[in-house]
Amino acid sequence: MSANELTQISVELDADGFLVNPDDWNRDIAIQLAAELGIELTDRHWQVIDFCRKDFKETGSVPTLRRITKVGGVPTKELYKLFPKGPAKKVAKVAGLSKPTGCI
Amino acid sequence: MKKLLILGAGTAGTMVANKLYHTLDPDEWKITIVDQEETHYYQPGFLFIPFGIYGKTDVIKPKRNFIPAGVEMIVSTIEMIEPEANRVRIARDNRYLDYDYLVIATGTAPHPEETPGLEGDEWRKSIHDFYTIDGTMALAKHLRNWQGGRLAVNIVDLPYKCPVAPLEFIFLADWYFHEKGMRDKVELSLVTPLPGAFTKPRAAKLLGNTLEDKNINIVPDFYIERVDPAAKKLISYEEETVEYDLLVTIPVNMGAPVIGKSGLGDDLNFVPVDKHTFLSKQFDNIFALGDAANLPTSKAGSVAHFAVDIFTQNFPRYVEGLEMLEEFDGHANCYIESGFGKGILIDFNYDVEPLPGKFPLPGIGPFSLLQESEMNHWGKMMFRWMYWNILLKGKEMPITAKMSMAGKWA
Repeated sequence: MSANELTQISVELDADGFLVNPDDWNRDIAIQLAAELGIELTDRHWQVIDFCRKDFKETGSVPTLRRITKVGGVPTKELYKLFPKGPAKKVAKVAGLSKPTGCI
Repeated sequence: MKKLLILGAGTAGTMVANKLYHTLDPDEWKITIVDQEETHYYQPGFLFIPFGIYGKTDVIKPKRNFIPAGVEMIVSTIEMIEPEANRVRIARDNRYLDYDYLVIATGTAPHPEETPGLEGDEWRKSIHDFYTIDGTMALAKHLRNWQGGRLAVNIVDLPYKCPVAPLEFIFLADWYFHEKGMRDKVELSLVTPLPGAFTKPRAAKLLGNTLEDKNINIVPDFYIERVDPAAKKLISYEEETVEYDLLVTIPVNMGAPVIGKSGLGDDLNFVPVDKHTFLSKQFDNIFALGDAANLPTSKAGSVAHFAVDIFTQNFPRYVEGLEMLEEFDGHANCYIESGFGKGILIDFNYDVEPLPGKFPLPGIGPFSLLQESEMNHWGKMMFRWMYWNILLKGKEMPITAKMSMAGKWA
């Protein structure tokens, strides 16, 4: 657990780079968390992030890719373009949500 | 008379019927259970059928053998749950069944039609599954005559029933082809959306090493979009491909369609419930147990068993307006067949990942945790008898509903 100095994020991150305290999240921090992953956020990214945050608030769990596609309306293929290599984890990270459990 | 209606007479539903029949006063309660099938399948046994270890008769018995005489059993499709009206419509005679309390235990089922290319001309030819009785029987027949090549086991998506079964399948395949003297003609691959062999770190590492020792490839982080059955290729959302000669698929798992139709499910038709009490998040007289619930733990018989133990202690209190005392901790206990007559045991819950150590089971154990032993294999083989004769009938099992740290090396 360390504050990440490289990108001047002053919030606490866990070993996998997830926010320790979800209340620390704001849009600027999302931009920095994304940059850390080499992603520049576009409107389409924000659509996904906003959906996930709203859904998390309502259901209490991090939405799966299937759910982002079915309910959030962004095709899975596009999710892989927006957040390459493991979109489920990356979206959760940038949106300031907890790590997806994978349900096993 | 108060009415308790149970939907589904699988592992969870049958155990609930047995336990509550003996707990609730029969002069005050009428218990009814509905299922669309007459036959109870011992589903853990499906894994052994492709390799000729079990046959069909080892895994089937009539459901009625396990339902107490005082419980009404109706064999029918369930058409609609109407929670606002506290009733369920069934296909048989177009009847309505009223209830005071409803237990949903309709399970989960594979849906190959959700993945393009699975269910075409090659289904049950070069593409097989082992989570259904027809599928596992067809695969047994196919393997008997198979001349070798690339065998890929692919997990389509999470969650799926019995998370360790694909690993067990591939371990048993390794053993089977060794025995047939053709292991050198078979290339085995596990193609999974997970980053490794399992989600929980210590088990993933151990199982990953076991795969390597057995010369089984793992293709991690592979999220399949479609199959090209003519070219015999799996294609991921990232356009990566895996070629195969024989594909064993673990298709998308979904809850019963009636759950979705009735507005009681999430996007996969699993019922959102409180993870400690199984009470529906929408209705205070509906519970969901077993695979039908959207619990953040394994979809597995052991979880259903522990969950039912907790639920049936709570239910008589709940209906009297008392607080539910027992809280489910997500306990799962899985014997993993690792081939060559050995097995691995894992025991974990919502918060504690599988750890190494010893598992003390009174009268039978101890078993080794997170390492291979012959004893673990015998534990698994013995379990079929326990399932039919003790577990389903709701009798006492020598294992606690909540996970214990006894014997575990933390």
